[in-house]
Amino acid sequence: MQATTTAESHLETSTGLDNRKLLMWLFLGSECLFFGSLISAYLLYRNRNTVGPYPHEVYDIPFTSISSFVLLMSSVSMVLALAAIQRGDIRAMRIWLAATALLGITFLSGQAFEFTEFYDKGLKLDSNLFGSTFFVLTGFHGAHVAVGVLILSSILARSFQGEVRQEHSLAVELAGLYWHFVDIVWIVIFTLVYLITPQ
Amino acid sequence: MARAMTGQLAMGGEAHAGAAEGLWGWLSTVDHKKIGIMYGLAAFVFFLVGGVEALLVRIQLAAPDQSFLNPDQYNAIFTMHGTTMIFLVVMPLGVAFMNLLIPLMIGARDVAFPRLNAFSFWVFLLGGIFLNISFFTGGNIFKGELGAPNTGWYGYAPLTESRFSPGEGVDYWMLGLQILGIASLAGGFNFIVTILNMRAPGMTLFRMPVFVWMSLVTSFLLIFAMPVLAVGLFQLTFDRLFDANFYNAQLGGTPLLWQHMFWLFGHPEVYILILPAMGMVSEVLPTFSRKPLFGYPFVVFSGVAIGFMSWGVWAHHMFTTGLGAAANSAFGVSTIMIAVPTGVKIFNWLATLWGGSLRMKTPLYFAIGFIAMFTIGGLTGVTHSVVPADYQQNDTYYIVAHFHQVLFGGALFGIFAGIYYWFPKFTGRMLHDGWGKVNFWLMLIGFNLTFQPMMVLGILGMPRRIQTYPDGIGWGFWNAVATAGAFVIALSVLVFIGNFIWSLRKGEIAGDDPWDGRTLEWSIPSPPPEHNFDVIPVVHSVDDFWHRKYVEDPRGLPVRVPAGAAIAHGDGAHGDAHDAAHGIHMPNPSYYPLVAAFGMPLIAFGLIYNYALVFVGALVLAAGLFGWVLEPAGPEE
Repeated sequence: MQATTTAESHLETSTGLDNRKLLMWLFLGSECLFFGSLISAYLLYRNRNTVGPYPHEVYDIPFTSISSFVLLMSSVSMVLALAAIQRGDIRAMRIWLAATALLGITFLSGQAFEFTEFYDKGLKLDSNLFGSTFFVLTGFHGAHVAVGVLILSSILARSFQGEVRQEHSLAVELAGLYWHFVDIVWIVIFTLVYLITPQ
Repeated sequence: MARAMTGQLAMGGEAHAGAAEGLWGWLSTVDHKKIGIMYGLAAFVFFLVGGVEALLVRIQLAAPDQSFLNPDQYNAIFTMHGTTMIFLVVMPLGVAFMNLLIPLMIGARDVAFPRLNAFSFWVFLLGGIFLNISFFTGGNIFKGELGAPNTGWYGYAPLTESRFSPGEGVDYWMLGLQILGIASLAGGFNFIVTILNMRAPGMTLFRMPVFVWMSLVTSFLLIFAMPVLAVGLFQLTFDRLFDANFYNAQLGGTPLLWQHMFWLFGHPEVYILILPAMGMVSEVLPTFSRKPLFGYPFVVFSGVAIGFMSWGVWAHHMFTTGLGAAANSAFGVSTIMIAVPTGVKIFNWLATLWGGSLRMKTPLYFAIGFIAMFTIGGLTGVTHSVVPADYQQNDTYYIVAHFHQVLFGGALFGIFAGIYYWFPKFTGRMLHDGWGKVNFWLMLIGFNLTFQPMMVLGILGMPRRIQTYPDGIGWGFWNAVATAGAFVIALSVLVFIGNFIWSLRKGEIAGDDPWDGRTLEWSIPSPPPEHNFDVIPVVHSVDDFWHRKYVEDPRGLPVRVPAGAAIAHGDGAHGDAHDAAHGIHMPNPSYYPLVAAFGMPLIAFGLIYNYALVFVGALVLAAGLFGWVLEPAGPEE
């Protein structure tokens, strides 16, 4: 995550946008199609289950609302981490990065708990269409959160080696773009998959 | 590190030292030109593999009631032929040219992310090898027991489910394509950033060569289409390896989900295959007509329009699945509409030739062959958009004839035009023109002998994918002709290989600008130096290099600028060449992309055979990525 002294970083780019930032935006655009396809598959199969357990039998909306809230709040701490490094306050950046990662881990723990609960209620990957589409969709989202936590932790670790300074704020900014994207995807998933519950 | 290795080996003998330096140099290279050459050579080797598979299919079908291949072998061979030609040949050949040409054409020293570029190549190569290893998993290959996937290149569910396709073939297919998808994504991201961000001063978007424009559209299609395929493949992976139910009809799953996923990827994919070839032809035609491309903005906008419209035509692959009249009509109309920008391009190419002073060299032969063959392919495509007609054509040899007409007659002819055109730039020698024309005529004749009879066979009702057919229903003659044609194509490829090898050693020395070219790559030496441009050029117009060489007389005819002024670097470039040469920083070579790439097939093997290997693969991948991120990419200041 160190801002490497690449040959290209010395040059002005044609658009004025940093190469790495443009790359991140393109990557997120590509990810939209990835999650879009997973969500479409879920929606296509929403009312086609022939055997249970059905969604309303397993969902615990209050619990998932709380873990969704936790994930959304992590976006706030992410923004504060970026603001901190941009004004050169490395100590504050570490605190907010750690907070973001911890909130992410809390969300993942909630997801692990939820998966276990569902499993105990008889919903498995191979139970029915709901099980397959639900676990694969939310599982891929969870994997994205986990990668985000790994990225944040790596920046944190590098900052203790003194390798993350004010001029490297782009690394935090890119991690933030990724993190916010994963949050937004969760808002879509929470709305379409949990709140608009099929029978 | 490479230097140290060479030093040690040098004690063993000079010859070895040179070879080692070469090999290590290639393994760790991040130079877009070397990566492009490796992409091209690897894809060409796969082209020979896929070609042999095609010949096996044609031998089996040459006459009625043959048993040269049994049905299992036949299914495996035609599946691998299709998968290979699309994912391991035409796509990477396009990517090879994008690697070689984009930085040179926009006046850049390399792509935006040189190591990501190397990663893309290694993932592609290892993914292709992984896919082909499946041949050896079906038992004893010497007894003809082939383990390769046997469900067609489109892998229709639920045939691909474990119940119907036990064995590891489909596992290799789905995981192999997943790996290849990662290579394509890495390439797509890299080229978009390169084209948008790395252009030389003055190289505005509408001064870019058409090939660069088509590469940009192709790259956008790649980054948006590959994730859709990835999801379909993941669903299949979960079904096959973890008993999920995405395509389990007993629990309500529908095969249409796969078809929608696959063709929503698959139709943009068609344009991913053809657009780079269209770009190459758009460069070759103006050079050999000694005229600017007719209607440059029209050609560019048509390419962009094709890119957008390619997302709205996928269900024409599914007319017979019962989507209903409304959906069929809508997709029928959109399919007719996409022929419009394609037709616009064909007329622009013809108008470029019209009135030009044509120089009949091999690249122009292939480019004109492209226009003619692709037009037939395009028109047969339009016939599919008429839904009732498509009901008749669906799953017949007419379809096979159509897509070979566009993929071989289109994409491959365009790529061959590109090979003959740019070979001198990257090797410093010309391909032999006479043998090139032999290559062209054999290929054109062989191509038409092979695929026009398939049109007739389709009309006569011969279905696709059948291993043999009975005597006495009138299919024998045309099949025999098609098989003969396939061997003529094989002969033309042998001529090409001979020409290639001979020309590498003995070909005429090319010089910087053998074709009197129009774009920036011809302004630098052949082969180009590692840093491409001593001084980054400043661009003033489309075909900037041409305008440096020629001015127009009052009648609008080109007049050569006197020699000496011809290749003027000065012209407002920053500083003079001497100063600039000191300040060029090229990215360091790196082994980490190769290390990271090795993690992918390890993970895939692990998923099939032993989950412990998944962790090993993931560790290798992570080690590669961390090493990559933490090493300095360029020389320290």
